[in-house]
Amino acid sequence: MNLDITARVHSQESAGAVDGPGLRYVIFLQGCPLRCKFCHNPDTWNIKGGEELSVRDLVNNVMKYKAFMQFSGGGVTVTGGEPLLQKKFIYELFSELKYKGVHTAIDTSGYTKIDDDLDKVLSVTDLVLLDLKHLNPKAHADLTGVGNDLVFEFLKLLHQKKIRTWIRYVVLAGINDSAVYAENFAKFIKEFDNVELVELLPYHEMGTDKWSQLGLKYQLSKENIPSREKLKEIADILAKYGIETHGA
Amino acid sequence: MSENNFESWQGFTAGKWQNEVNVRDFIVKNYTPYEGDDSFLAEATPRTKKMWDTVLGLMKKETANGGLLDADTSIISGITSHKAGYIDKANEVIVGLQTDAPLKRALMPYGGFRMVKDSCDAYNVPLDPQVTEVFTKYRKTHNDGVFDAYTPEIRACRKSGIITGLPDAYGRGRIIGDYRRVALYGIDKLLEDKNEQKNLTDHAQMLETVIREREEISEQIKALYEIKEMAASYGYDISKPATSAKEAVQWTYFGYLAAIKDQNGAAMSIGRVSTFLDIYFERDLRAGKLTEVEAQEIMDDFVIKLRMVRFLRTPEYNSLFSGDPVWVTEAIGGMAMDGRTLVTKNSFRILHTLYNLGAAPEPNLTVFWSTHLPKKFKEFCAKVSIDTSSIQYENDDLMREYYGDDYGIACCVSPMRIGKQMQLFGARCNLVKALLYAINGGKDEKSFAQVGPKFAPITSEYLEYGELMEKFDMMMEWLAQTYVNALNIIHYMHDKYSYEKSLMALHDREVVRTLGCGIAGFSVVVDSLSAVKYAKVKTIRNEQGIVVDYQVEGEYPQFGNNDDKVDEIGREIVKQFMDKIRMFPTYRNAIPTQSVLTITSNVVYGKKTGSTPDGRKAGVPFAPGANPLHGRDKHGALASLCSVAKVPFQHAQDGISNTFSIIPSSLGKTREAQVTNLVSLMDGYATHEGQHLNVNVFNRDTLIDAMEHPENYPQLTIRVSGYAVNFIKLTREQQEDVLERTLHSSI
Repeated sequence: MNLDITARVHSQESAGAVDGPGLRYVIFLQGCPLRCKFCHNPDTWNIKGGEELSVRDLVNNVMKYKAFMQFSGGGVTVTGGEPLLQKKFIYELFSELKYKGVHTAIDTSGYTKIDDDLDKVLSVTDLVLLDLKHLNPKAHADLTGVGNDLVFEFLKLLHQKKIRTWIRYVVLAGINDSAVYAENFAKFIKEFDNVELVELLPYHEMGTDKWSQLGLKYQLSKENIPSREKLKEIADILAKYGIETHGA
Repeated sequence: MSENNFESWQGFTAGKWQNEVNVRDFIVKNYTPYEGDDSFLAEATPRTKKMWDTVLGLMKKETANGGLLDADTSIISGITSHKAGYIDKANEVIVGLQTDAPLKRALMPYGGFRMVKDSCDAYNVPLDPQVTEVFTKYRKTHNDGVFDAYTPEIRACRKSGIITGLPDAYGRGRIIGDYRRVALYGIDKLLEDKNEQKNLTDHAQMLETVIREREEISEQIKALYEIKEMAASYGYDISKPATSAKEAVQWTYFGYLAAIKDQNGAAMSIGRVSTFLDIYFERDLRAGKLTEVEAQEIMDDFVIKLRMVRFLRTPEYNSLFSGDPVWVTEAIGGMAMDGRTLVTKNSFRILHTLYNLGAAPEPNLTVFWSTHLPKKFKEFCAKVSIDTSSIQYENDDLMREYYGDDYGIACCVSPMRIGKQMQLFGARCNLVKALLYAINGGKDEKSFAQVGPKFAPITSEYLEYGELMEKFDMMMEWLAQTYVNALNIIHYMHDKYSYEKSLMALHDREVVRTLGCGIAGFSVVVDSLSAVKYAKVKTIRNEQGIVVDYQVEGEYPQFGNNDDKVDEIGREIVKQFMDKIRMFPTYRNAIPTQSVLTITSNVVYGKKTGSTPDGRKAGVPFAPGANPLHGRDKHGALASLCSVAKVPFQHAQDGISNTFSIIPSSLGKTREAQVTNLVSLMDGYATHEGQHLNVNVFNRDTLIDAMEHPENYPQLTIRVSGYAVNFIKLTREQQEDVLERTLHSSI
């Protein structure tokens, strides 16, 4: 194992309770190929930003919280940015964490090339949190700046490798909150038996400050915040297809 | 004696507790550990609801009236001073009030007459002139005695605020009578025991310690007779042990009631009564004499009484310790030395009062947490925290090693063996000021007066770590000596003029005393030293050359991020100051301890302290207790918890307070996840040897709304350093401090 390999790290959170099961050490990696309109961390976009840290540095930090992880059934979640921009690093990091008995999870957009490096990463990944931004390729491109073909390929690969997956569904009013969309979403997802649950993440505006700090123009508005009822409705539709949801 | 008490003790497992006063032995031989869940609990009866509504109505009136409903201004309070008082006589299950009417505050001048007079003036209730005459002409108080003996140096320290909150004007509190003894043995047996103790020295040489002991035991004996008389005024004969659960609660409460009629102590804990009482509940339930609904009703009514404890205090006191706290602290759960849990059904019942009666700051419900506690109980506690923000946690795995399995908490975080140990309460000194004095050669940074010794000040433009530490060390030594001197005077006078006879009557003859010193501004000191060590700190001086501000150049590691570089400084400072305190002789050979605790005084302390080398500006509040300074813990709550957990309990055995606030959605996405994560957080904190944790789970918006519309939130309770308060009773400034304080939006 190479503990000296480094990554650009945006920040570290000593634990989160909303990015996978239990209490988790969350590592935000720098750099993202997507430009999601609802992104709440646009400061992670630049691959050259952040601080350069080694696997050793990060593992040392993580292990300070081992007790909390053990009691809660938690672990480490790598997010970003798009963490899979730094696959070689994640492989080394997760290998070391697995060796130390720590549960590993990746929070990703799924927008990544399928290659040997990805295979290696998935071999040491316990859980994938896949942000499925939109089913429609055009709508996906409109929301994120890129198409969704790679994302679907990625999901198929997870299915094939039987990797536990949670789908994250950012609910945007007027964009992906219709009953029809939810039906299609459910039909699509239920084919993947590696998907354990769908997390409904209602769009919020907490990221807007960061956009203006970076001199970027924010394109969504309060209008895109879904109502509680809407979330409930989507959850009910998914439930009809036997899909468990959190967040409604 | 076992024959005499045959009826009362029927069904109990025999043991040495029958032949000597030994409540712990009774508990471990007779209690029933409970590992189940909360489904057995009963809702409040209509009677309870009605009673609580009545009391809530009185409390609203009290708030509307500026915080005081009524006060007795002529009768000096004592165990038997007032006739029996009731809320609604016909419907009370547990009886007894401090005076003859609910929420009417008693007149307790022995600690200090000025506190009484100023309070009466502030609330516009005229004091009986005769009382004034007696306490100015004829009867000296503790407060008078202290000021007779205080040195000019101590007075100067008190004035500058480097030492504050001293119990020199009112009762010191922090003593827990073993109120359970009244129920288990009845007063007559306790009298017999005390008389035997006194007889032990009948033929001894009459030297000061012996004379003092004989006088004190005589006082205790008088108190026991009075407790019996007080109970009789309510129609109860408590000379014999309690024979039922209801009597056990009533007898125990009478013991406590005597204490709060006798003393207006700064903190009046009830101890660790719930598991003890469970033994009586179990016996009655088994015998079919009691139903669960009735058991809960008794506990609910008991808790209503504990919520009504009041003392007469000045508005200044309230600005220091807001929300009218009395610290009726009850320790719940924990583990026995033999490995069984001390959690019983009654541990659930007392927590359940927070649902039956709604959230409340008192009694100060304190869960003794152990990683070995039954899973269902842990989950229940987490649920109660999420719903009510009304409980605090203390690490039983850490403290059991020191205090065994029958200790309680005085006030917020101070552990002590019940009936065997007491504290000489010492409030706290402002360690931040000591650091500033080290820089300015003993001159106060606000008043510019020479308060500390005239050591050579630091004259360089940039602070240098080695030089600063050397001077800080000398300043700490001076402060520790002055501080211990002040405390020795205070406790000498308290014993002399305001001896806690009713509380000490419920203690063993040989009592371990600790001298409870304390420090405030911990994280500001640590960050200041870290800034000097790891960044560059430039001094900004006034015309006289006194440093009044600082400029930090560069970054430095800050306390609260689980970074050893700075946390290590914290660990060393706590030990260093403790070692200074250890250098000086103490009154009655008390064992010196210290706490890292501020209660709400962090706001006032901050106000009285100039700018500091960490970049904090003059007047800005300190963090409460051992918390990191607001906004400086940037790596989430676990990092923050781990930093605080490094503060060594060994050198801060009087407690290390940490307040943790989080919004519910950050604890997890489902209620189930929130409960499990909170339980794991507690388990992790306990494993890291953190001593104390206040847990608040609430949304910021709720607090803001409560500030605007207090009338909608009569029972909104939040935990602040070591106790809980009604949020709406805090001053605006303190409310803002709570909002400002790190409210973790992620764990």
